[in-house]
Amino acid sequence: MTTLRDTESRSGERGAQDSAPLPGRGAGKPAPRGRRLQRLLGEHPLGLLLSTPYTAFVVIVFLIPFGFGVWMAFHDFFFTAPGVQVPHPFVGLDNFRQVLADPAVHQAFKNLLIFLVINVPLTVALALVLAVGLDSVVHWKGFFRVSYYVPYVTASVATLAVWIYMFNGNGVVNRLLGDLAPDPTWLANSGLIMPLIAVYVTWKNLGFYVLLYLAALQAVPKELHEAAEMDGAGAWRRFRSVTLPAVRPVTSLVILLSIIMTGQIFTEPYLLTGGGPNGASMTPALLMYQKGIQQGQPDIAAAIGLILVLAVMILSLVSRRLTERKG
Amino acid sequence: MMRKARMTALAALSVAVLPLAACGSGGSDEGTGDGSGELTSGPIDIWYSTNEQEIAWGDQVVEAWNTDHPDEEVTAQAIPAGSSSEDVIAASITAGNTPCLVFNTAPSAVPAFQKQGGLVDLSTTFEDGEEYVTGRSGDAADGFRSADGDLYQIPWKTNPFMLYYNKDVFENAGLDPESPKLETYDDVLAAAKAIKDSGSADFAIYPPATADYTNVNFDFYPFFLANSDGTQLIEDGKSTFTSPEGMETLEFWQTLYAEGYSSAEAYSGDMWAGPFADGVAAMGVAGPWGKAQFDGKVEFGVVPLPTVDGKAADATSTFADSKNIGLYTACENKQTAWDFAKFATNDDNDLALLEGTGQFPTRTDASELAADFLAENPFFEPFAAAVPLAVDVPTVDGLAEKMQVFRDAWSGTVQSGSGDLNSTFDQAATTVDGLSG
Repeated sequence: MTTLRDTESRSGERGAQDSAPLPGRGAGKPAPRGRRLQRLLGEHPLGLLLSTPYTAFVVIVFLIPFGFGVWMAFHDFFFTAPGVQVPHPFVGLDNFRQVLADPAVHQAFKNLLIFLVINVPLTVALALVLAVGLDSVVHWKGFFRVSYYVPYVTASVATLAVWIYMFNGNGVVNRLLGDLAPDPTWLANSGLIMPLIAVYVTWKNLGFYVLLYLAALQAVPKELHEAAEMDGAGAWRRFRSVTLPAVRPVTSLVILLSIIMTGQIFTEPYLLTGGGPNGASMTPALLMYQKGIQQGQPDIAAAIGLILVLAVMILSLVSRRLTERKG
Repeated sequence: MMRKARMTALAALSVAVLPLAACGSGGSDEGTGDGSGELTSGPIDIWYSTNEQEIAWGDQVVEAWNTDHPDEEVTAQAIPAGSSSEDVIAASITAGNTPCLVFNTAPSAVPAFQKQGGLVDLSTTFEDGEEYVTGRSGDAADGFRSADGDLYQIPWKTNPFMLYYNKDVFENAGLDPESPKLETYDDVLAAAKAIKDSGSADFAIYPPATADYTNVNFDFYPFFLANSDGTQLIEDGKSTFTSPEGMETLEFWQTLYAEGYSSAEAYSGDMWAGPFADGVAAMGVAGPWGKAQFDGKVEFGVVPLPTVDGKAADATSTFADSKNIGLYTACENKQTAWDFAKFATNDDNDLALLEGTGQFPTRTDASELAADFLAENPFFEPFAAAVPLAVDVPTVDGLAEKMQVFRDAWSGTVQSGSGDLNSTFDQAATTVDGLSG
């Protein structure tokens, strides 16, 4: 039986033969200049050329600004007009000390944790369930796919306006709830505002994750389900033993993307509450905007940003370790 | 696995890169302020407010100027969209692409713009800078001087806030629609109770509810100014909102929220003018510009802002909501910019501003200038009378941060309708007083 490893091995040997010097062109002699060039550029120099535009993009819009942000976080810095020279002394960890001592920062990260705890499991569960349902639907498949996807491609400003209508004191939700309506009502309730935002974001982005799961589900060989069924597995057992393992890489991706997106939550609290009531919906990104843009302290905002990056990186790595652990 | 970890790390880094990437600043050798080069003339750009009436006024002024000055053409546009004009201008200063003049510069933002090196010092750059500004605006100009004593803005227009009320709602609630009793806080609370009990409007008053610091100017600050005879939020480097007058105003607003006369929720729509214009709220605070916003939507009248004991109209201070003209350092032809600023604020154009927008030019002879206009438009008379009593936000460094501290305390205790006002605002005052600036 020929394995993939065997094939790769042979192909590697062939590649080595292909790259051997041709007779009459230095065969049997070392070609130091060519080898150095090859070592530098790799076996496929054209690949470097093709990847240059994206590399430039990453460097210009990602790495340079990030490096500038790191620099800002360690200096006393504020934005000035071009041509204006002011000293930006190195302040070491002072900005970080100030950030870590700020109760508003603690509150913002606590709010983010509340968001994460609600949003990530809800996203995974709902997206998977809806994708499985959609996968088994025979009629109106296109309609359902579009329906799930519409909120994702609709501007947040528009969808949030609808949610304000639904959840304000005289909104349809409170009318349906009657005496069970919360007091203070949703948008003014410090205990409910962050869960509400988490549910909103889950709903808004669900279509994207449903499509990811749907693609994964359609790649699961039907034979696996048939074999399990023949072995006597019921629907739940087939879901647990066939579907779930098959979509595990997508689950890992969904969790990763949800965590990264959690760190970027800005529009919802900005438009719904401005971070209130009493900081209950403040997020690090909104706090960065307040500090960096409104209050002229980009150095403090950069320090918050770096802490946020660190937190998201740790969470992302932990989630990958957990979700990709072989069961 | 290592590669995957690197990919994960790279993806996670993107969380903070974009916010940090938004701005940057260069540094070269021109020195601070307005540069030392010779003042030149030539084409310039200006920005004005997005307000429909002001756009019409601006276009008219620019057309008149361009007809007489073909070599110093002015190109005008409304200020680009952004979360606020101040954010847009601040970003533009950093990018070095501010226009020569912005006819919508908020006095509260001037210290920050000045710190950025974005504003021209009018007192030292132009020979007639001091003379022109003080000659036009008199003592009012001193209220806009920066910490160094110089002028970095031309006082332009004043929009004293008054209390608008919906006549139909008041009538339905059994209140006098023509001369309602709204002099004291108790009067307003009694009217609010009648409105709520009658169901004639959802709320008595509905100022912007989000925690954005600028919203202080639409609830606490105008009422505090009225109740404290024009005491600014910060005076002599210390916060003033824990004074007896400040606490009375805080208690008044806490009661409004506690009784359900106001809503702490964001309004779906225009959060400033929307609740009153849509008939959702029976009262609202606004400057003379409110007339254009509310005409044709609700029947309204105006009264001075209430105070704890009630004051005569000619003794009731209010919020000025001034907007001034800033001349920015990115301007190449500063002489033309200065000449155009003077042209835009001459007698004819100030009168045109008043007639077109209902906003009062900040000038010593405003009442004479406005005499004919007021005779034809008596609605604006109370606003004209309030101009001398109108007070702005203090021009102190770090004002945005200080106002945010106040706003956070406000949302925690006032908007929630419960909580200890004394301890919360004492703590906020300590924080504000401890901030530099």
